[in-house]
Amino acid sequence: MRNETSTPALLVKNVHKSFGNHEVLKGISLAAEKGDVVSIIGSSGSGKSTFLRCINFLEIPDRGTFQINGEEVAFRTGRDGKCHPANWRQIERLRSGLGMVFQSFNLWPHMTILQNVIEAPVHVLGVDRNVAIEKAEALLAKVGLYDKKDAYPAFLSGGQQQRASIARALCVDPSVMLFDEPTSALDPELVGEVLKVIRGLAEEGRTMVLVTHEMKFARDVSTRVMFLHRGQVEEVGPPAQVFGAPTSARCKEFVAAGSH
Amino acid sequence: MEFGWVLEYRDLLLHGAFLTCVLLVISVVFGFSLAIILAVSQVGDNAIVRWISRGYCTFFRGTPLLIQLWLIYYGLGSYLPYIPGLRASFLWPVMREGLFFAALALTLNFAAYQGEILRGAMLAVPKGELEAARAVGMSARMILRRIWLPRAIRIGLPTFAGEVILQLKATPIVFSVTVMDLYGAAYKIRQDTLLIYEPLLLVTLFYVGLTFAITQAFQKLEKTVPVQRQHSI
Ligand SMILES: Nc1ncnc2c1ncn2[C@@H]1O[C@H](COP(=O)(O)OP(=O)(O)OP(=O)(O)O)[C@@H](O)[C@H]1O
Ligand SMILES: [Mg+2]
Repeated sequence: MRNETSTPALLVKNVHKSFGNHEVLKGISLAAEKGDVVSIIGSSGSGKSTFLRCINFLEIPDRGTFQINGEEVAFRTGRDGKCHPANWRQIERLRSGLGMVFQSFNLWPHMTILQNVIEAPVHVLGVDRNVAIEKAEALLAKVGLYDKKDAYPAFLSGGQQQRASIARALCVDPSVMLFDEPTSALDPELVGEVLKVIRGLAEEGRTMVLVTHEMKFARDVSTRVMFLHRGQVEEVGPPAQVFGAPTSARCKEFVAAGSH
Repeated sequence: MEFGWVLEYRDLLLHGAFLTCVLLVISVVFGFSLAIILAVSQVGDNAIVRWISRGYCTFFRGTPLLIQLWLIYYGLGSYLPYIPGLRASFLWPVMREGLFFAALALTLNFAAYQGEILRGAMLAVPKGELEAARAVGMSARMILRRIWLPRAIRIGLPTFAGEVILQLKATPIVFSVTVMDLYGAAYKIRQDTLLIYEPLLLVTLFYVGLTFAITQAFQKLEKTVPVQRQHSI
């Protein structure tokens, strides 16, 4: 089992975020040990994406504390009473240790698949180009795209693009992988190939936070499931509890609707 | 049709064609560099810089090129000799020439149009691609250099081709500040020989040929980065 004394991969406390007057996150916390796979579920608009994007600061939270691999993120309070990163260098450095996979892939279309994958290692982390290429090729082989490495993203199917973007996220050796509905933009017949890759990563013991609508998949791969409702954690626990015996009526309803 | 004069005026014509090409290349290369600065500062968040760039683009797009050229040639040109040290500097022989002011005016004008186009192209780059760049830890400067500008230039490429051709067609205006470009050469031949159509015809062929070459070059450039699948008809 887990080593309880080691520093958690991710320790996020009391995250608040508003867009204008609309309070989207009302104090959400999440702790992930190394090797944890945390799935975030909830209805549309409940704040899942916003929370995930706060973890790598694509959205700047109004309040909250963040520890990534034991490193506390420094914030300063602005005149508006909200948080601002005290040091963008720190944010950039921490981001490079978090791999993000987007719903819409977001590969860079002016680069080949291989160039997409080595971009961050070479230009952000300063890894030697040949070393990065070797590693990228191994990762592309792992996600089944070695033969597409010199193709441009526009020539790949959605499933292939998403697998390439997973390889891109993996190539910086992230301590935590963040997935925001990685299969929602895919045709149904392409969902399986992407889930297979993600399942493989979970079995390797990668630390992951996964926003998903794939209930069965979440139940299979997660060590913990978090149900969000209107910007609050309504239910959290092992998948057997959240899916099998939820205490919250809303979670029960949501899970029942999703399992059809 | 009478083309006996071509041999006699060969040097004048070749020199004129050379000047036309020089003006085009200089104004496109320097204008494009300036356009990048104008576009980046307009999508950036420094309000003062944004305001200056916007004002620049509005001025140079909103006034006739001929007036800009004259303002620079007669206005700026008459102040330059009073700048201390300039007369003695190695730049002076260049800066005395009409060609210098012509190139300057064409460059500043081209930059304004390109700056607008590039600004639009930058805004057309999908937000997700820039977010992906932020998510891997790139700094704002690196995102600009590695992702945002290359993508914007690619998006703007078909428009740039048209702009370069328009720029070629704007160059004869430099004749009005005594630069003997290709059009200037044709004008002089007409005065000397009293032939009207033949010199113009020859010059026209040259412009058409150059336009064709520019179009081809851009098409080749577009093919090097196949951002979208080629549509077959
Ligand atoms: N940039 C933004 N500006 C204003 N409102 C936003 C912004 N991003 C998200 N919101 C709002 O915040 C709320 C939560 O959005 P979020 O994208 O986090 O939901 P979600 O749980 O991921 O939903 P879905 O399942 O549809 O992806 C929504 O009401 C949304 O309209
Ligand atoms: Mg979402």
